[in-house]
Amino acid sequence: MLIAALVLAGTVAGAQTQAPAGQAAPAAPPGNAETGKKLFVANGCYQCHGYEGQGGSAGARLAPRPLPWAALSRYVRRPANQMPPYTEKVLPDADLAHIYAYLQSRPAAAAPASIPLLQP
Amino acid sequence: MSKRSVDRRNFLKGAAVTGAAALVPDAVASAAQGPAPAAAGQGQRPAAAPTSAREIDPRGEAEPLTTDRPGGDFMVDVLKSLNLEYVASNPGSSFRGIHESIINYGGNTMPEFITCCHEESSIAMAHAYFKVEGKPMAVLCHGTVGLQHAAMAIYNAYCDRVPVYIMAGNSLDATMRRPGVEWAHSVQDAAAIVRDFTKWDDNPVSLPHFAESAVRAYKIAMTPPMMPTLIVLDGGLQEDPIPSEVAARLRVPKLTLATPPQGDSGAVAEAARLLVNAQNPVIVADRLARTPAGMARLVELAEALQAPVIDQHGRMNFPSKHPLNLSESAGQLIANADVILGLELTDFWGTVNGFRDSLVRTSRSRIRPNTKLISITAVDLYTKSNFQDFQRYPEVDVAMAADAEATLPAITEAVKKLTTADRRTAFAERRTRLEQMHARARDAARAEAAIAWDASPISTARLAAELWAQIKTDDWSLVSESGNTSGWAFRLWDFEKSYQHLGDSGGAGVGYGAPAAVGGALANKKHGRLSVNIQGDGDFLYAPGVWWTAAHHQIPLLTVVHNNRAYHQEVMHIQRMANRHQRGITRAAIGTTITDPNVDFAKVAQGLGLYAEGPVSNPNDLGPALRRALAVVRKGQPALVDVVTQPR
Repeated sequence: MLIAALVLAGTVAGAQTQAPAGQAAPAAPPGNAETGKKLFVANGCYQCHGYEGQGGSAGARLAPRPLPWAALSRYVRRPANQMPPYTEKVLPDADLAHIYAYLQSRPAAAAPASIPLLQP
Repeated sequence: MSKRSVDRRNFLKGAAVTGAAALVPDAVASAAQGPAPAAAGQGQRPAAAPTSAREIDPRGEAEPLTTDRPGGDFMVDVLKSLNLEYVASNPGSSFRGIHESIINYGGNTMPEFITCCHEESSIAMAHAYFKVEGKPMAVLCHGTVGLQHAAMAIYNAYCDRVPVYIMAGNSLDATMRRPGVEWAHSVQDAAAIVRDFTKWDDNPVSLPHFAESAVRAYKIAMTPPMMPTLIVLDGGLQEDPIPSEVAARLRVPKLTLATPPQGDSGAVAEAARLLVNAQNPVIVADRLARTPAGMARLVELAEALQAPVIDQHGRMNFPSKHPLNLSESAGQLIANADVILGLELTDFWGTVNGFRDSLVRTSRSRIRPNTKLISITAVDLYTKSNFQDFQRYPEVDVAMAADAEATLPAITEAVKKLTTADRRTAFAERRTRLEQMHARARDAARAEAAIAWDASPISTARLAAELWAQIKTDDWSLVSESGNTSGWAFRLWDFEKSYQHLGDSGGAGVGYGAPAAVGGALANKKHGRLSVNIQGDGDFLYAPGVWWTAAHHQIPLLTVVHNNRAYHQEVMHIQRMANRHQRGITRAAIGTTITDPNVDFAKVAQGLGLYAEGPVSNPNDLGPALRRALAVVRKGQPALVDVVTQPR
C-alpha cells in the first residue's frame, strides 16, 4: 500500500508541474557552458552520464539535445528512478542552469554512416 | 583419529620394526609397557598411549628413507581417469606429496601444473576455464591459508553454478606434524571454511576412500546445479608408501555422470500450452547454456514460437544478431508480455519487478496482472541457507525444478505439436514485428555509439568498436565480464558461438575478472582462439600476479584495461548516500577512486612479463595500439593496452 501511494504521489506531482496547455514551457535561466562543464564534473554528473552526457548503462543520455529545462530540472530535484536527488541545497538553481548550458552546447554526433567503424 | 597414523604405523611395523626395536630408547620402551608411578610432589601425568614406531629415534639405521610408490601416485592415477587437463595452484607444503607425484609420476600432463600467485587466481581461472571447455579444472591449495585465500573465488563459482574441482592439503594426525608452521597450516575440518558455498566435500582417510570420493566429487560437481566440490588430501596419504594390504584393493572407480534432470512431462505440456496460446510470449535466459547445445536449443524454441529472447548474459545463450534477440528491448517486452518463460534465471523476481534504492525503498511490478510466469531452473533442486544469493522469492505459475537446457527439446517438441495453422500465421506476423524491432535496436546502438566518439577519456562505445574492427575476422572469444562498459560489445559485436561470452563472476566479487580472463584464455589456447579481455582497473589490482601466470605459461590473451581510475560502482553508491543526506557529492571520490598516483598498468604488466602499452587517452591512438598488441597475441603471448576511459 505504501508503495502504491508513493507511486501515485509521484505521478500527481509530475502532473502539477507541467506547463498548462497552450503555454510555452519555461525557458532555462541563463548559464555559462564553460562553468557548466566544470560543475558537471564537480557534481559527479559525468559518473553516470559520461563526460559528454552521452549516457550509458548507469545513466540516461543527457546530450546532445537535452530534455527541456522544466523537465530536466524537475527530474534532478525529484528523480523517479535510481538517480540520487539533487536538492537546491547541494546544487543551486544557478549551478544547474550552468550545467544545462553545458549540455546544450554539446555538438550533435556525427552520423553513424560517416564513421567507418560503425558500419553494419 | 586419522586412518593415516594407523597406516603409517602398520607400514613401519612391517618394514622396519624388527630392526628398530633394538633402537627404542629406554624411556620410550618403558612408556610402552605402561606409565610409571608419579613421583612425590609431581602432578599425575596422563597415561601415555602406546608409542608408535614412528616416534622412535629417527637416526636409526633401519629407518626407511625412500619409497618408490607414495600414495600421491595413486591419487594421480585417479585424477588422470577424470580427464583433468590442468591443476592451478600456488605451491604449498600441505600438498607437496601430490604436487611431486603430478609433475614426476604423472609427467606433468593430465593434469598439467599451472603456477599461480594467489589461490583466488587459481579458482577464478578454473571457473572461467569450465565455461569455455565444459569440464572442470582442478585446483590445489593449502587446507588453511590457501583455502581462505580461495574463499571469495569459490563463492563466485558457487553463485555462478560452476563446478571447480578443489583439492586442499592438510595434516590431520597431530603427532605427525612438523613443529611450527605445519601446525598453523593444519585444521580439524578444512572444508568447514567453505562448506556454505560448496556443494559437497570429503576428507578421505585411506586411498580407497580417496578414490571413491575423488570420483564422487567430480560427479556431484557436474550434476546440475553445478557447483564447486572439495576433497581434503591428508599429508600422510599423499606422502607415505602405499601399504601392501591397501595396494591390493586399490582401483580407480568408473565415472558415470548423472544425466541432467528434465522437467516433469505434465509441467512441460502446460508450459507449451501457455506459450503457444500467448499473444506476447517472452523468453528470458540467464545461466541457460551450459554446453554448446544450449544455444541451438534456445534458437529452435524461439523460432518455433517466433518469440523474442532476452539474454541476461549469464551464459552465451543466444546469437546477438538473431532477429529474435530483443535483449535491448527487455523493459518494453516484459511490460507487454502475457507469458514469460524464465530459463535458469538468477533473479526471476528482479526480472518482473522494479526496485528503487531510495530513502524509502519501494518496488513495483513490471508485468500485467495476469501474466503467466514459467520457471525452469536446476537451482530449485539444491538451495543452501546462509549466503543469500538465491534472491527474492518469485511467485511463478509453473515451476520446473529441472535443468533448462535438458528440458528445452521436450518443450520445443510439445510446442510444435500444439501449433495450428492459425497460430503459425500469428507467429509469422509476430516475427515480422520483432525483426523490425531488432533492426531498430541495432541502428540505435550505432547512433548512440557515435556520441562522444572523439571524446577523451575514450568512450566505452569507441573502445568496443575499435576492438571489434580488429578481431571480427578471427575466431575470437570475449573472456571477460562485460557489464562495466555499458554493454557495448553486445550492442556492436556479432556473438554467435558458445565460447564467445562467458558470463560474469556470479557473486559479484571484485577480483574475478583478471584471473577469469586468463583461465578462459587457457581453455581457448589449444583451440587457437583469440581471447580478448576488457579488464576493469580496480579488478586488475586485486591479484595482478595472474599476469605473470599468463606470461609464464604463454597464454595468448589481449587485455584492454577499461581504466576509469575508480571503483566506479562505489563512487555512485557514495554519491547516492551524500545526496540523500543533502551533503553534496564533491567528496565522493574519497575512498573510491584510484588516482594520486594514477596506476601505470602497462608498467605493472611489463614487470610481470607482458608486452604492454599505455595509458592511451587519445581515441585516435587506440586502433594502432591494439594492432601492435594483437600482433604479440597472435604469436602466442599475452599483451595489454591500458586505455583511459569514460566511467561507463
